[in-house]
Amino acid sequence: MSVEAHPGPLQNMSLAMRAWNIRRKALLMGEVQGQGYIGQALGVADMLAVSYFHALDYRADDPEWEGRDRFYLSIGHYAIALYAVLMEAGILPEEELETYGMDDSRMPMSGMASYTPGMEITGGSLGQGLGIAVGAALGLKRKKSPAFVYNLMSDGELGEGSTWEAVMSGVQWQLDNLICIVDFNNQQADGPSRNALAVGAEAPKWAAFGWYAQEVDGNDIEALVAAFDAARALKDPRPRVIICNSTMCKGIDFLEQREMSHFIRVEADEWTKALTVLEEGKPE
Amino acid sequence: MTRASMARKYEPRQVPAKKIATSAMIASLAAEGYDTVSAPFGEALVQAARKDDRIVGLSADLSKYTDLHIFAQAMPDRFYQMGMAEQLLMSAAAGMAREGFIPIATTYAVFASRRAYDFIAMAIAEENLPVKIVCALPGLTTGYGPSHQATEDLAIFRGLPNMVLIDPCDACDVAGMVPEMLAHDGPVYARLLRGKVPTVLTRHKPDYKFQLGRAQMIREGRDVLVVSSGIMTMRALDAAERLAADNVDVAVLHVPTIKPLDVSTIVAAAREGGRLVVTAENHTVNGGLGEAVARELMLAGVHVPFRMIGLPDEFLEAGALPTLHDMYGLSVARVADQIKSWL
Repeated sequence: MSVEAHPGPLQNMSLAMRAWNIRRKALLMGEVQGQGYIGQALGVADMLAVSYFHALDYRADDPEWEGRDRFYLSIGHYAIALYAVLMEAGILPEEELETYGMDDSRMPMSGMASYTPGMEITGGSLGQGLGIAVGAALGLKRKKSPAFVYNLMSDGELGEGSTWEAVMSGVQWQLDNLICIVDFNNQQADGPSRNALAVGAEAPKWAAFGWYAQEVDGNDIEALVAAFDAARALKDPRPRVIICNSTMCKGIDFLEQREMSHFIRVEADEWTKALTVLEEGKPE
Repeated sequence: MTRASMARKYEPRQVPAKKIATSAMIASLAAEGYDTVSAPFGEALVQAARKDDRIVGLSADLSKYTDLHIFAQAMPDRFYQMGMAEQLLMSAAAGMAREGFIPIATTYAVFASRRAYDFIAMAIAEENLPVKIVCALPGLTTGYGPSHQATEDLAIFRGLPNMVLIDPCDACDVAGMVPEMLAHDGPVYARLLRGKVPTVLTRHKPDYKFQLGRAQMIREGRDVLVVSSGIMTMRALDAAERLAADNVDVAVLHVPTIKPLDVSTIVAAAREGGRLVVTAENHTVNGGLGEAVARELMLAGVHVPFRMIGLPDEFLEAGALPTLHDMYGLSVARVADQIKSWL
């Protein structure tokens, strides 16, 4: 299994290194605001590294290139993580990192299409991304485009009824160009997702609806690469989902252990500590 | 008569001597003495779509009840049945618009405005995408009851930035609004009259043509100025003929575009001749045309006698539509009576 990076700047960098860079940039942005959705960013970094440096086809110097694979961020609050990967991919300039969440920044706290190059949709009102992705996948088919639509959503969005409307529609229209990535970190605003609605057994559930469903460790890069490859290569006329079980704050052990980590407060000295911990785990 | 008292459901009823059936969803709007056109929306859409490949149609299991089936039959590969899923309907329409298409999304006005609002707001309006939302059963145009009576749809959408709102009167308006809303590069919410739709405006003003964003004087009159939209322009024109017999001279200014409002035409008309100004809308008096006109007259410093005809701030009764229009003041007779009582 090749885990070489997708063509782009610094082509030979490993996906583990990409993920590490995404985590580092996210921590630096979190430090700017002193708070934020850093737990999600650290948790989703491996999925984003595999998406942008293994799976997706795009042109860093032309974010609206017609032939690109579309990447929808349904979870607007994960924007901090997407900004990190967009910088890593050379779509956003790294010099703007410290503007995150500031007035007049191109990187507002919740992702919006009109603010940021590479941000395809305005997420944030949860449960909308997959439905928009269904429409885009239909549109791409009308245009006979070979591009894929990726929709990144969270387990919290499994509670939204609109998600399941889109799940059924994807099967109805045999959308083999639609790949949904579910970041299952079992954390939502009031606590564990499993304590809120009967989420779980997601792969059998989506499979029962007719999706090609895989469930992987969302922090295992080799497993993610295999799952993305399988999702893209499948010849069946049906949509694909990858349930990614992930750990909030992955990579920073003292943050991983915090109980309520949906929107964490990190003390000023802890940012330095987090960056030090990250530095210790830097890939070879 | 309201449903405020639950006790009414325990009162036994007699079988009436004269039986009037409830008009459900299939019935066309009755307008006495006017010719009708069949499915003007569907026909106009097919014509426009023949010239523009970007146009696609989507419905949430209501294509037959929004005249979109005409389009679906003419261009089956451009029609998308999205199922009974209005949130998906709006999201998917947004996705198709993102890919360069001009989606027409149809359902009933209640479902678009109440159920799918957040999806229209964030997936469509916030990104100013050219999705055209065309909805049947606006205001009180069914006797089916509050589940299908969209009495507050315009109030809901008036607060939404970027959204253009159309409330057509008749077959001329419905056919005329299609090319204009397609040419507008942004989201549109249009109320729809479907089935056999009367032709009204050209009979009163032969050269009438729908123009997006424009109010047009259909009838001149010295005593009263009615500022109306949708089917209430039809009612106002008929009421004006009745009032003429009593020597009351009524002007009717038709305002088919609720947003953006044609402020200059409305204000100029209201300034003229110290007439009683009456707004008339097939919508709750809260947050619709009447309040919009009142605001503009206040801001412009036009101080004239002002009255509103519209639906009350209530969930409405079920029943036969003519009965309900009479009950809630939308019938020709009630419009004429109300105007007379204010003179």
